[in-house]
This record gives sequence, C-alpha cells and structure tokens, in this order.
Amino acid sequence: MSTADPKRFDLDDATAERLLREAQEHKGISLWQDAGRRLRRNRPSWYAMVFLIGFGLLSFLAPLLPLRSPVRSNLDITLHAPTLDGGDGNYLAALDPDADSALVARQIEKDYWELSSLDHGLISLRRMIFGSWQTGHWLGTDHLGRDLLSRIVWGSRTSILVSLAAALCSLVIGVFYGAFSGLVGGRIDNLMMRTVDILYSIPFIFVVIFLITLIGDYRQVLEEEWGLDREKVFYLVIGAVFWLTMARVVRGQVLSLKHAEFVQAARVMGASTFHILCKHIVPNVLSIVIVYLTLTIPAVMLFEAFLSFLGLGVEPPRVSWGLIAVDGTSAINPLRIHWWVVIFPALAMGCTLLALNVLGDGLRDALDPKMRGKD
Amino acid sequence: MIRFLFRRLMWFVVTMTVVMSVSFFLMKNVKGGPFDTERALEPAIEANIQARYHLDWPLWKQFLHYTGPFNLDERGLGGTQEKVLGGVLSGDFGPSFRYRDFTVNDIIGQALPISALLGVVSMMWALALGVSTGIASALRRGSGVDLALRLAATGGIALPNFVIAGFLIIIFVFMIPLLPVAGWGSIKEMLLPGFCLGLVYAAYLARLTRTGMLEALSQDHIRTAQAKGLSPRTVVLRHALKGGLLPVVSYLGPATAGILTGSLVIERIFFIPGLGSHFVNSASNRDYTLAMGVTILYTVLVYSMNTVVDLAYTLLDPRIDLAEEA
Amino acid sequence: MPLLSVKNLAVRFETHHGTVRAVDGISFDMEEGETLGLVGESGSGKSVTNLALLGLIPSPPGVMSGQVHFDGQEISALSEPELRKVRGNRISMIFQDPMTSLNPLLTIGRQMTEVLELHKGKSHSEAMRLAAVGLGEVGLSEPESRLAQYPHELSGGMRQRVMIAMGLLCEPRLLLADEPTTALDVTIQAQILELMAEVQRRHGTAIILVTHDLGVVAGTADRVAVMYAGRIVEEGPTHQLFKNPHHPYTQGLLSSVPRLDSDTSQKMSSIPGTPPDLAEMPPGCAFAPRCPNVQAECKSERPELLPSGVPGRSNACPLYASADSASADSAEARP
Repeated sequence: MSTADPKRFDLDDATAERLLREAQEHKGISLWQDAGRRLRRNRPSWYAMVFLIGFGLLSFLAPLLPLRSPVRSNLDITLHAPTLDGGDGNYLAALDPDADSALVARQIEKDYWELSSLDHGLISLRRMIFGSWQTGHWLGTDHLGRDLLSRIVWGSRTSILVSLAAALCSLVIGVFYGAFSGLVGGRIDNLMMRTVDILYSIPFIFVVIFLITLIGDYRQVLEEEWGLDREKVFYLVIGAVFWLTMARVVRGQVLSLKHAEFVQAARVMGASTFHILCKHIVPNVLSIVIVYLTLTIPAVMLFEAFLSFLGLGVEPPRVSWGLIAVDGTSAINPLRIHWWVVIFPALAMGCTLLALNVLGDGLRDALDPKMRGKD
Repeated sequence: MIRFLFRRLMWFVVTMTVVMSVSFFLMKNVKGGPFDTERALEPAIEANIQARYHLDWPLWKQFLHYTGPFNLDERGLGGTQEKVLGGVLSGDFGPSFRYRDFTVNDIIGQALPISALLGVVSMMWALALGVSTGIASALRRGSGVDLALRLAATGGIALPNFVIAGFLIIIFVFMIPLLPVAGWGSIKEMLLPGFCLGLVYAAYLARLTRTGMLEALSQDHIRTAQAKGLSPRTVVLRHALKGGLLPVVSYLGPATAGILTGSLVIERIFFIPGLGSHFVNSASNRDYTLAMGVTILYTVLVYSMNTVVDLAYTLLDPRIDLAEEA
Repeated sequence: MPLLSVKNLAVRFETHHGTVRAVDGISFDMEEGETLGLVGESGSGKSVTNLALLGLIPSPPGVMSGQVHFDGQEISALSEPELRKVRGNRISMIFQDPMTSLNPLLTIGRQMTEVLELHKGKSHSEAMRLAAVGLGEVGLSEPESRLAQYPHELSGGMRQRVMIAMGLLCEPRLLLADEPTTALDVTIQAQILELMAEVQRRHGTAIILVTHDLGVVAGTADRVAVMYAGRIVEEGPTHQLFKNPHHPYTQGLLSSVPRLDSDTSQKMSSIPGTPPDLAEMPPGCAFAPRCPNVQAECKSERPELLPSGVPGRSNACPLYASADSASADSAEARP
C-alpha cells in the first residue's frame, strides 16, 4: 500500500468487531440518569419530594376529605384548644347538623366559596362516602371559632395554587426574556439586561404594595373590562416581581451554551439550528429552570404571607396560609397563650417550605454538571 | 475607578428618571390621585399642592419642576424669596398628603434614623450569626454539627419573619419576661426586632458562607499551602477565608434591600415608628408623595449599597478589573 | 544510606464502587542529588505516590500504609504536626498547574515569605530579601517588583518559575515535582526542565519527577521507574531502560511513541485493551490481560519487582527475570 492510499486507514472486520465490543461494554450515563441517581441517593431531598407529592395530593383532594367548613364561624367556641372530642359525645368526629342534602348547593356556598365543578364533584363524592360525618376540632379553633385543621388544609390549596401560578408566571416571562436576550446577543442583549438591572434596583415590593392598593380602586374596571379578578391580578403582579432573577439566570445559561464547545462541535457536524436548540440548548436550560422554579415557589409563598400581613393578600372567605399565620400572630397576647393558632400553621408552612428548599438544593446538586461523575 | 463611578452615576440617573417618571405618571393619572380634581382634599393641603405643583403649567414643566433639581418657581413668581433648588433631585419630596403641617422631608427626617439603626442592628446580627455558623459548618463538613446548622439555616428561610417574631415574642416576652414587646430606644428594645429582621439573612449568609468556604477549600492552592507545611489554622485563615467570603460580599447588596423591605413587617409587629410603618400607612392613606418619597429614598439606598459592594469586591479580588465592566 | 527509602507503600481509597488501590505496594530508593523519573499513564498512581510521601492523602477516603524513610528518619510514622515541619522545609513539592496552584488573592511575596517565616523563623523583611534572591535565581527579571504582583499578572512559565523558587527557599533535600511541565507550552517546557537541572546542580537537591511524558523523562532523569496500575513494573538508569526495555509494558510504551523515521505505511502500534479498574484488580500481574507474552502463571501470581541481573535494573516480569541474557540479546535485535 502506498502512503497515499486511503484504504490503509480501514479497519479489518476482526478489529472493527473487537473495538465495537469494547465500546459497548462501557455504558455511558446521560445527564438525566446521573441526576436522577444522585437525587435518589440524596436522602433528605428524596424524602422532601415524597412529602411534597403526598401533601400536594392531600391538598388537591381536600374537598373529598371529611373536614369541617373552613369558613363557618362559631362564636361559642372561639380559641378552643385542640381536642379529640368530636362533640355530642362522639370521639374524633361528629355529624354535621347542617348537612341537609336538599340544601347542599347553597350550603356549599356558605361553607366555602366559589368552587370549581371538579370540587363540587369531589364534595358530592365525599357526602356519598362519609355521609355527614366531619372531623372534630383536632387542631383547635381560631379567634372566630373556625376549625383550624380544615383551614390549614384548604389554605394549602390557595397557597400552593397562588405560588405555583405566580411562579409559573414569572417563569414564562423570565425564560422568554432571558432566552431571547441570550440568543440575540449584542446590543439588544445589553439593553435588555440593563433594563433588568434598573428594575432590580427599584424596590419592587414597594411598587407592588402600592399597585395592589390602587387596584382596589380600579376593581370594577378590571373585572368588567378585562375579566381580571383580584386573584388573577395577584398572580400577575407577583409574577412581575419575580421574573428578574429567572431572566438573568436563563440568559446566562443560554449565553454560555451558545459558545459552548459541544454546540460548536454539533454545528461542525452539520446539525441544524433547530436540532441544536432542541437537543442541546433546551435540556440544559431546562435543568436550571427547574431548580429555580423550586426555589421561587417558597419565595412567592412567603411573599404572599407578607402581603397578607399587610392586609393585601388573599381575601376572606378564601383562606391561605399567609392569612392563617397572620390571624395566629394577632391572637398572641400575654394573658393566655393560644399556642395552637401559631404553632400549627407555622408547622404546616415551615415543613412545606423546608421541603421545597431541600428539594431545590438537591435538584441543584444533582443537575450541576460540575458534580457529574464526582461524588 | 473614576470611569467606573462615572458609569454607575450615569445609570443611576437613568434609574432615577425611570422611577420619577413612573411616580409622576401615577400621581397624575391614577383615580383619586393627588391631581385628580374629583378628589376632595382638605383645603389647606389643596392650597399647598396648587402652589407647589402649578397644575396650570404645561406638562413638561410640571414634570421638571417635580423632579428638580431646580425650582422653576422663581421664573414665574417675581418678588418672592424662592429657593434656587427644588424638586426630588435636590432632596425635596414635597408636602405630605395626609399630615397637614408636615412635609415628606419632615416625616422622613424623623423616621429614617430609627429605621437606619434597626437596619444596621439587623445586618450586624445577620453577619455575625450567618458567617460564623457558615464557617463552622464548612470546617466540620458532614458532621452532626454541620447537619444541625444546615437544618437551622434552611429552617430560617422557611418561615415568614412575622411567624418567627411571634414565636420569639411568646418565648422571650411572655414566657420568660426578658425583653420588652414594643418601643424603641434602649438596647434591650433593639435586640428582638433586630434579630427577627436579620434572621432570614443570617440563614442565607450561613448557606453562602458554607458553600463559599467549601469551594475555597477545594481549590488546588490549598493543597500547595498544605504542602508547604502551614498549620490548618493558617491555611483556613490566610488562604481560604478571603476567597470563601467573596460570595458573602456580593450578597450584601440584596441583603440590604431585603432588610429594608422586611422592616415593613417587623416595625409593625414591634410598634417601631420607623420609615417602614410610615410607608405602609401611606399606601392605605393614599399619601402619594410620602409613598413615592420613601420609594425613591429606598432606591437610592439600594443602588448606593450595590455600588459600594461592587467596589469592595474589587478591593478583595485583585483579578477583577473595573474597567472591564460591560 | 539512600536519601529516600520507600518500602511497600500503598494507598487505597474506600469508595462506594469498592476499594480503589491507587498505589499497590511499591518500593524504591533514591540517592542524594539524583533525579528519579516516575512515569506512567493517567491513573497509574504516580501523583498519588508523591502525595503519599508527604502524608497529604485526604484521610477519610484514603488510607496509607507502608514505610517511608527519609534522611535517616521514618517520616511515615511521624505525627501530623511533626510532618508539617518536614513539608516545605526538608521535602518540597511543586504542582502541575501553576495558575491554580498559586493563591490568586495573595501576592507572590506573601506566598513565598510564609515558608521562610514558618520554617526558618525569618523576619518579614529578611524573608522578602531572600525571596527576591530566589526569584532572581530562577531567572525572573526585576525580582523585587515581582514580589508585589499577583499570580494572574505573570505568564505560565513565569508562574512555574515562582513555584520552583518557592519550593527551594528552605533548601530542601528532596523536591517532588508533579507534572511540572504538562500545563506549559513546549518551548517553555524545555526552559523549565533546564532550570530544574541547573537548580539540582547548584543545590544538590534530589528530584522525583512525575510525568506521563517520556520525552521529559529522557532528557532530565538519571533513573526511571515505570508505573502501571499502582505498581512499579520496571526500574533502571534512563538511558539503558529506554534503549533496552525489559518489561512488556515498557516495551509497548516505548514502541507506541511515533518516530520521524518510522515507516508510514505501517499502522501505528498501540497497546491493545485498556488499563484495569483499580477497584477490581485481577489476581496476578496487572498487565496480564494486555501482555503479548502472557503465560499461565502470570494470571495467578502477582510478580515481584526483582533485580534483573543487569546492575541497577529491576523489573516485575517473571519471563524476563528468569531468562536475562537470552532476552537481552533478542531485545537488541528488536526494532
């Protein structure tokens, strides 16, 4: 064979077979598998995830559970300590005297608030299974005689819903803004990021407080012309506050990916831009987005509590954890310590937020490519 | 360095312009706003505003008069001793909408020192608690102490600060009557509010410090330092600490902003007559000038703090070149 | 009495994959003022050997065993505080990447003077003076101003000179060099190697030069020890070993280096297979799965490193050890 003959680089069949066999013996691990494995090994994060899924399920199925009304107030038993006595000589649970099936629809409105049809269905299912049995005041009552247990469970729905919706809102805005800025690059990117910097220095919280107060004045206009009730405005406003960090993070990630060597290698191999986008950029951005989402949700929950404290949060008759926490802290007085009104909401909120933070940390550790393969 | 400061100043002007424009716009267009003629204000305040803001002037002139830094009054009025400077940029926030005899400056002047002191106390709490536990955690990585501290830190960010305040009040004010529940002035009265406000930032700082120190301790040059025979104490203090605390310095900017906002709640709980309380009241009272004044003030504070932090960062890390800032 | 005597040094790491034997029982000696080249591919255990000599193996996952005698003292038995007096003082170490091995937040001067202040009790000004002298010795211009600079202000080659100077400040008897030229450009590599040779001439320092680059070793080392899978497979004077390698691994290593005068129509030779998983070592010779001369006994018994008849040389291949002269003759005939 002369030195110019390309065939001299060909492998004979036997060598090719051998190389292929050796290669197949080594199994590679994808980023997601590696991350999943690491997450599973991280005990606290794993438990956190299990807890959150379980809790989420419980919260979603709240109408199905035989709980008392979170809204109905009974001034005879205000600030009653937790008890296993169901009332009327029953243990743990009691019959609901107002559960007349003919008046169910109206009763539901009185006992709760405007519920979706799914919830109505779940309540009907509950009546079928449990009849008119309802739990006793296992966690006590608040200053208006409302059952704390059901308030906490129903409150979780609102809190989780608000936090998720607002976090998703901020995610959508942030991801689009950041990805666009990063991809486009150049002057536009510079300008967009400068805007973010400016917005960052403004104490947005103040603006939000102000806006929400103002929105009270404009309520009719908003509801009639735009179809925005206070809740939806809430999501939008909160989302508008929290998107900044997400935008920054996404833009940073997109920037570093754009110039990453493996993207350039893919280009050299002839991959189309769309292909690169789907197979390389999106998965890598996705991981960081998930991590930040898990960490934004607790921030939003706390913010909602903060707003509730200032009287700007969710409105009664709806319940949210923030509202319950506020009720609890205002019931503090030096004469008689009604510990259950503070402790139980704090426990519920604390555990959930703790779990979210632990999970977020675990996800971040699991998906961090620098940690890949090391342990 | 000069170029850096100049650039910062320029962007500051842009930021302030945006904030003032937004506030001016809100004031002019919002229903029930200060310039809404339908709104019934007390005659004394009404007169004040008329004189102050010249609602008959063209829009651009009104805006410039509001922002300052020059008091455009002297052009129009003759014979009266008007000041040369006026408007927000010269530090004049205008009259309060609620409190007849006071200007916003009066109110801020009264409340700012109180809030400032609260903020400083909180920050000191946060730094002392957070950094020390973070270092301890990093040095004893994986041990029981580390786990306990990490749990405490994660717990600190999981509860709203008014709930924590509630707990602490129950324990330290009612159960063990150690501290007073309200008021402001003595050191005893500063401890609890400062602690409550600083706690969540202590938690963040603890986590940041821990990560920063662990990162610093895993660097190659630590191995070199050990190979030179330096004692573990010297290695940590001289070689790891500086690098490990850099993320902490960066966090001071957001932490300041956070303390300022957190004070809204803490001041209410502990009945502290600071700026935060005033702001919350101003929102519900529709006292626009006060609200805007406080907002603008806070923007200035946060912006300055961020600039100071960036400057400090460059002093600590010789690799950073200010001129390279995009 | 040899300056350094290592007997049965072993380092294992407990991981969840299993016990990784990074260094699996090695023994060697060094005389004063000589340069020993420790060669092997990635994962052969050569860097870990250096760290183990100074007791710098991170202790929870790593466990060290064996004996190390240095300058008449058994340093492997020393307590940690006593060992610290040896490090940087009587035995120094320089590392691969000077950018990351030097502290970016401290001045060069600070990093250099601290060894003098610690080990020799010098005052700060005296230490600075000595440091400046040291920098001048390694060929840096304007040594005094260098002391006030930070590592990122110097080029790669200059940084490595700083590291060498820093390592020599306390006049150590032994210098451990862990891939000192790998992170540098080829032209700078040559300069650094020359510098190290000169330093050795001037101070009489013994040097252990750890590297995967055979070319580096050929030019600077007096003796070479070849490592594979945590074990030493062959040892001997550089020139002889390169000319006439005894162990099949060494032979494979040397023949896989491309030469300008080789026949380009032939395929490049390489050693088939891959290095073993250090957590699951096969019984017997570590190289057996890849050895062209493998015999049945190679797979069952681990061969020892034995003198091979030729003075100063030893190797761990039973075939070679037993049939010395015959193999030596046939080796000469090999291309």
